[in-house]
Amino acid sequence: MPKIRVSFIVNQEPVEILAEPWQTLMDALRENLRLTGTKEGCGNGNCGACTVMLNGKAIDSCCMLAAEAEGQNVTTVEGLANGEQLDPLQQAFIDFGALQCGFCTPGFLVSARAFLNENPNPSEQDIRFAIAGNLCRCTGYDKIVRAIQHVADSGH
Amino acid sequence: MKAFSFTAPTTIKEMNEILANVTTPGEIHPIVGGTDLIEQVKTGRRSPSIVMDIKQIPEMNRLEWVSGEGLHLGAAVSCTDTAAFPLVQESYESIKESCGLIGSVQIQNRASIVGNIANSAPSADSVPSGLVHEASVVLIGPSGTRTIPLEDFFTGPGRNVSKPNEVVLEIILPPPPNNSSSHYLRFIPRNEMDIAVAGVATLLSLAPGSRTCTKARIALASVGPIPVRAKAAETFLEGKDLTNDIIEKAAETAVESASPITDVRGSIEYRKNLVKVLTENTLRMCLNSLNQNL
Repeated sequence: MPKIRVSFIVNQEPVEILAEPWQTLMDALRENLRLTGTKEGCGNGNCGACTVMLNGKAIDSCCMLAAEAEGQNVTTVEGLANGEQLDPLQQAFIDFGALQCGFCTPGFLVSARAFLNENPNPSEQDIRFAIAGNLCRCTGYDKIVRAIQHVADSGH
Repeated sequence: MKAFSFTAPTTIKEMNEILANVTTPGEIHPIVGGTDLIEQVKTGRRSPSIVMDIKQIPEMNRLEWVSGEGLHLGAAVSCTDTAAFPLVQESYESIKESCGLIGSVQIQNRASIVGNIANSAPSADSVPSGLVHEASVVLIGPSGTRTIPLEDFFTGPGRNVSKPNEVVLEIILPPPPNNSSSHYLRFIPRNEMDIAVAGVATLLSLAPGSRTCTKARIALASVGPIPVRAKAAETFLEGKDLTNDIIEKAAETAVESASPITDVRGSIEYRKNLVKVLTENTLRMCLNSLNQNL
């Protein structure tokens, strides 16, 4: 099966890859582009560890083919910081201890960033529903919710 | 994942030329959100030779109200975009509620209502809502289009009437009846991100300024091999002045249309009780929306 040439934008840079037709966007990001911040957890859309933004909206990159990304705009966790300046969410996750092993953290950060961009003044319940597609097995979620709430309350 | 080739036609004509070469069931599979399909290919439940992305075709992205016809909802319109459409929020409340229950935000941003229908799971959250709104399904292929009622679309778990060389173009939701409201509830053991143990959508239309039911539609998910209408309960409600007793009797009658199995999600008895509770609750939600609380 011939590989497919796919041109798209990743973290504001144009990229071009050769993808297998059955390769997921997640695998293309990790293997072709070496953007290993995007993690594979369940591989079937339950855990959200592979969350990236597609045209500004959070999606599971394990449930999308790389070939479908042609012409699209993708943001991974590597695209959240501005140079050395962390995204306020990244800083808040550090400050609030909102991670333990850290495997789910990239997915939470991307989900939370997409959510706050569209909902700058969320309630706690809004936040909990927005991150319902991201599973964490060690923090117990409260610190994650508090970190996101803090960023929202400080207007970032 | 099993190897397949990928194609992304940009016009209906181009898509039909690809479909014209298809002879074997399952040989080609359309992809919209991919949130069911990719997992099914990974686990070997489906093994298409060709995966065809239909999102580049303008007609698949149609979300348009046509006077006299209703709402055209194209195959590629995401749950998120469907739920955000003002007319869906105003006139098709149960559809909006279903959109917010299918998987997570990440899933809703990719998955479409048509994909949920075409995947044909008995637990599909959008189907009861489509049934109470009397949706029709438009299939398209090399031999043209055909339109069939959603009620006649399903043939079994994961199966429907579409031919190997047909794809769903869109569903059409007719204009809702006057002075009507619809709601969908499902029961899951968690708060989010689960598959319905049972799901119920209802639609009620009342005579103006009264509690006289002029039309009732009730549809059930996850309590049979395919989603079903609870027609005996609908007939029972129509023409009656709704009271607490009538609502409770209708909910009990709806259970007669359920033929659930016992599985890991729930027992037969539990699911039947859920149908009763969810039917009663959605009927009360409709009355509430119509300012006719009991």
